[in-house]
Amino acid sequence: MSVLSSLVGPLGPGPLGAAPLAASADMAEYVPVLVMLVFALLFAALNLGLSFVLGKKAPSNPVKDAAYECGMPPLSEAHQRFSVKFYLVAILFVLFDIEVVFLYPWAVYFQQMPAFLFFEMLLFIGILLLGWWYVMRKGAVNWARE
Amino acid sequence: MQQWLDDLIAGTAWLQALPTGLVYTIGILVACKLILLFSSLLAGEVVWLERRVSGRMQARIGPNRVGPQGLLQFLADGVKLLSKEDVIPATADRPVFVLAPILVYLGAFAAFCVIPFGYGLVAADMNVGLFLVLAITSIEVVGVIMAGWASNSKWAVLGAMREVAQMISYELPLGLSALAIALLAGTLNLTDIALQQEGWLWNWYVFRGPFAFAAFFLFFTAALASLKRAPFDLPEAESELVAGFHTEYTGFRFAIFFLAEYSAMILFSMLAAVLFLGGWSPGFPVDLTGPAARWIGFGILFAKTAFLLFVMIWVRWSLPRFRIDKVMYLCYKVLLPLSVVCVLGLSLQVLLGEVLWGDQSAFGRWLMGLGVHGGIR
Amino acid sequence: MSALALAAVGPAALPIPDLTPHLPGIVFGGLAGVSVLGAIGAATAPRIVHAAFCLLAALFGVAGLYFLLGADFVALGQVIVYVGGILVLLVFGVLLTGRTQVVLGQEGPRRPTGAILAGAAVFLGLLLAIGGTRWPAQPRPADPTPTTAPIGRAFLDPDQFLVPFEVASVLLLAALVGAAYLARRRREP
Repeated sequence: MSVLSSLVGPLGPGPLGAAPLAASADMAEYVPVLVMLVFALLFAALNLGLSFVLGKKAPSNPVKDAAYECGMPPLSEAHQRFSVKFYLVAILFVLFDIEVVFLYPWAVYFQQMPAFLFFEMLLFIGILLLGWWYVMRKGAVNWARE
Repeated sequence: MQQWLDDLIAGTAWLQALPTGLVYTIGILVACKLILLFSSLLAGEVVWLERRVSGRMQARIGPNRVGPQGLLQFLADGVKLLSKEDVIPATADRPVFVLAPILVYLGAFAAFCVIPFGYGLVAADMNVGLFLVLAITSIEVVGVIMAGWASNSKWAVLGAMREVAQMISYELPLGLSALAIALLAGTLNLTDIALQQEGWLWNWYVFRGPFAFAAFFLFFTAALASLKRAPFDLPEAESELVAGFHTEYTGFRFAIFFLAEYSAMILFSMLAAVLFLGGWSPGFPVDLTGPAARWIGFGILFAKTAFLLFVMIWVRWSLPRFRIDKVMYLCYKVLLPLSVVCVLGLSLQVLLGEVLWGDQSAFGRWLMGLGVHGGIR
Repeated sequence: MSALALAAVGPAALPIPDLTPHLPGIVFGGLAGVSVLGAIGAATAPRIVHAAFCLLAALFGVAGLYFLLGADFVALGQVIVYVGGILVLLVFGVLLTGRTQVVLGQEGPRRPTGAILAGAAVFLGLLLAIGGTRWPAQPRPADPTPTTAPIGRAFLDPDQFLVPFEVASVLLLAALVGAAYLARRRREP
């Protein structure tokens, strides 16, 4: 650590000085978000309730209650085993998504930071691009090949 | 929001007589309800717009009977759907089946609370606004996979798998191209981002050099894909998957999916207008932050949003549908590396032009951007 | 004044009690309740997909708690990565195994003592960690202070988190190579 910091030199006080990371933002601005989430929930639930009250209720029969399969009785279980391709896409997404989330604080801090710190970020992105190149070379999202 | 309420209280005598906390409470509740109502009505009107524009493009008329020019068509449709029978398949997983449309609705509507409709016309002026939009819209994915799984129908499961794979994949270029703007703006607060683009046309972020220009198109393409709009509408491709994940949904449950889809269109169009097209700036220097002028700003932002919505509909009738493997290829092999290049190029441009050299003229920015572009090539 | 004073009603003319001081407590209780109930649901749900969906409530509750602590960026990162990513990954994993209809908890645990001992050990470790941490009690600043830029600064500061940050990218690289290995297996007959 100390070798690194002597290499880079002191960063100087940050945007917050020596303030801790979890210094609070104004709570007041979070309240509408909570209210909005609750309202959206209520709106959807109320309308569904209304449709339950107003809606037509006809007697059910096995054919009506069956899942749609082009008018034929459903043949087999709908939850078949799925291809590993979907799982792979989800893994790739999670990995790259973490990268994007890491990049956001850097982007916001970018204009205040000393210019040489750019290379630290370049290293981070470079390592990930290496991983991207390897995965693409191995044909991870090449769905047409089979 | 708080600033606005404070102004309102300071300007109105009878509000000062009331306790401040009560005014805040009622103000927040009313504002949220208004935004919800507005976006729901707008979503209905966008359905009408889509049908009318589609009709015109196919040399027919489209709905024009209910209300002037058919503007009230969505109300008639809504009432009809409300009175429809609510069928839940016998093999469905009932609690998950019921919960899924509510989650999708939540993911599409709740993010409107951080979108600035004009200066100060925002429910939650958060300093992580842009990030919040990305977070809340990712809830929708969970709703979709719940709907598909709970329906226990082959079409629904297949459609949901495809749709989820597509939506999450395209969140990456979407997030990265929005990140490019965060880089230019130095903040995630959407009001601040819009304010920074005031003044002449070349202050709009879309015109801040070649990388920002490219980032706008990357953003729009990725938004189209994560909205599963044509040409990326294969999760709901009616010719192969019936209706995708909502095949088994009837009545108002279906209507909620439909509304959520159109509201997400409005959300992303508005976000694109705020991030790239100058927000409420008309393209020449004018102060739109006054208490009355901000509504003019709202009109200007609305016009930009409507234009982007029209482009989305236009694209639908211009391009044929992609194949699923091409969709994945486009995301991971084209859009993702391109958006990383955009972010890196923009950061170099900012570093060279605006940090080391001091703030540049618009021409200088383009020159710097082109220089970086040439250097990369 | 803060609009957190939601239910704050000053004059005695209105017989509504002033709930402002209790509001953070009430919100905390609600969020903690949601996450604990979600976690219990995830642990006890008989069908494995339901367990994954219960996890949604738990993750949301935790994100809300982060918000309550003023760590807005971390809260949203939690929603984006866990709700939008990890949860989908879990459900895809379940669908990949094709064992969606299996009812869990029918068969009794084979070695209950071992499981109980392991669980107790983890719980004890957590208790020790919580007890050993010095929680800094500090007043909340009233004005909005963005947390995003300080996080970015901490990532790049060699005295703070630069090394973990760069190591994280190597970790992600390793995971990517693992994912590529999954893709490679698929090619073999």
